[in-house]
Amino acid sequence: MIKFDRVSKRYPGSFDAIKNITFEINQGDLVFVTGASGAGKSTLLKLIAGLERPTSGTVLINNQNVSQLKAAAIPYLRRNFGLIFQDHKLLYNRNCFENVALPLHINGILGEEAAKRIRAALDKVGLLSKEKSMPITLSGGEQQRLAIARAVVSRPAILIADEPTGNLDENYATDILGFLYAFQQVGVTVIIACHELPQNIPENMQNAMKVLHLQHGELSA
Amino acid sequence: MSGISTTQFSKYNAKIAKNRATSEPAWVRWTLIAAALLYLSLFLFMPLAAVFTEALRKGVDTYISALVDADALSAMKLTFIAALIAVPLNLVFGVAAAWAIAKFEFKGKSILITLIDLPFAVSPVIAGLIYVLIFGLQGWFGQWLSDHDLKVIFAIPGIVLATIFVTFPFVARELIPLMQAQGKDEEEAALVLGASGWQILWRVTLPNIKWGLLYGVILTNARAMGEFGAVSVVSGHIRGLTNTMPLHVEILYNEYNYAAAFAAASVLALLALVTLVLKSIVEWYAARSARAIEQN
Repeated sequence: MIKFDRVSKRYPGSFDAIKNITFEINQGDLVFVTGASGAGKSTLLKLIAGLERPTSGTVLINNQNVSQLKAAAIPYLRRNFGLIFQDHKLLYNRNCFENVALPLHINGILGEEAAKRIRAALDKVGLLSKEKSMPITLSGGEQQRLAIARAVVSRPAILIADEPTGNLDENYATDILGFLYAFQQVGVTVIIACHELPQNIPENMQNAMKVLHLQHGELSA
Repeated sequence: MSGISTTQFSKYNAKIAKNRATSEPAWVRWTLIAAALLYLSLFLFMPLAAVFTEALRKGVDTYISALVDADALSAMKLTFIAALIAVPLNLVFGVAAAWAIAKFEFKGKSILITLIDLPFAVSPVIAGLIYVLIFGLQGWFGQWLSDHDLKVIFAIPGIVLATIFVTFPFVARELIPLMQAQGKDEEEAALVLGASGWQILWRVTLPNIKWGLLYGVILTNARAMGEFGAVSVVSGHIRGLTNTMPLHVEILYNEYNYAAAFAAASVLALLALVTLVLKSIVEWYAARSARAIEQN
């Protein structure tokens, strides 16, 4: 479902952030993108999510060539993804419920149906009792869980998490990874970028697991 | 804050507040308040009261007949038309300009900011004259306009243009600092969630700036209805045709028709009062929603 063929990405006035990368990700895979800071992890995720276009090579997502998509079609491509960031990117002047509502509203889902799905998503990450709280009052781990609820509420086929545990202490980090693994178990493709492979990956998951290790923008085995 | 409980802490704070070096003796505070009130009554309340007393001096009948007079009604209509066109245009322009300035880096940004301030810096009379020089019969486009039987100066289009010019900074000036303070994080979040440009504007940007926007619109409207200088130059003062309310007041006053002049002025004063009330309501709501965010 995601296919990179000799993809490179160069930012204007800069070096190649990604060099000649080829790989394939299938539905239901658990993928770790690892590497040091500046190795190109975020660029790779942005290319997958259609936030950047490749300088050369082809990126196929659900058999659609991202380079050839019209600008107006890109937002629709993005709705296939749920994105989670290290800094959460929450809307701090809206409460938890409204934060999770945003992707549904973007997709034109409103009213009862939306409310039902928002509460289900909040329940899944253990934040249902805080639906009226403002994000600023939540702990770092809770904010990240809220971000996960927002990422999954529109039932995306692919979840992308960019260093989702970067700012969290170990207990919270295990917590967050647990949620992500749970989504992989129900058939969602989960792509996680992190410095190194997390410890304690459950055994049953290791079969479906794929690791893309980046070094200076290139894949290394 | 280990070792000190919250109650202890707040008692401690209260003590500091009482003995603060910055709190003035009572007589100083009251003198300052009295001075402020005296100043306000002298320059604001008294003139306002005078407008209504003068307007009603010859009785309610004269007051009403001055207001339902054909010329007065036409002046009111024209004032509303000018505001009705200028306010929405400046709303769109203000949001677009503030959005570009607050969220993007581009060449010529400081020039754009300076240009937005231009109407504040230029005398409204000069602004009116500029339009006369451009669109007047002897102006740049004067010949072309008259060949095509179009009239801008001494007609409604000129009045609308002058009103737009003098009111265009209000919305933008209100929104730029607000949007700069909010940053781009939320728009970026919506973008990665798959929102299109319009959806970001409707679902994220506008809800975040709604109070500032409303405040800017109220100020724009107040100025649009009250503008005298620029409109006076381009209007030509044709009764029943190109007179706005402020111009109508001036004409009546110059004709020594004080009761009618003050009656018309009282309508403008009432509009100003309504504006102030609306402004306070908006400020109250904005402060309340800001508090709600902080407290939660």
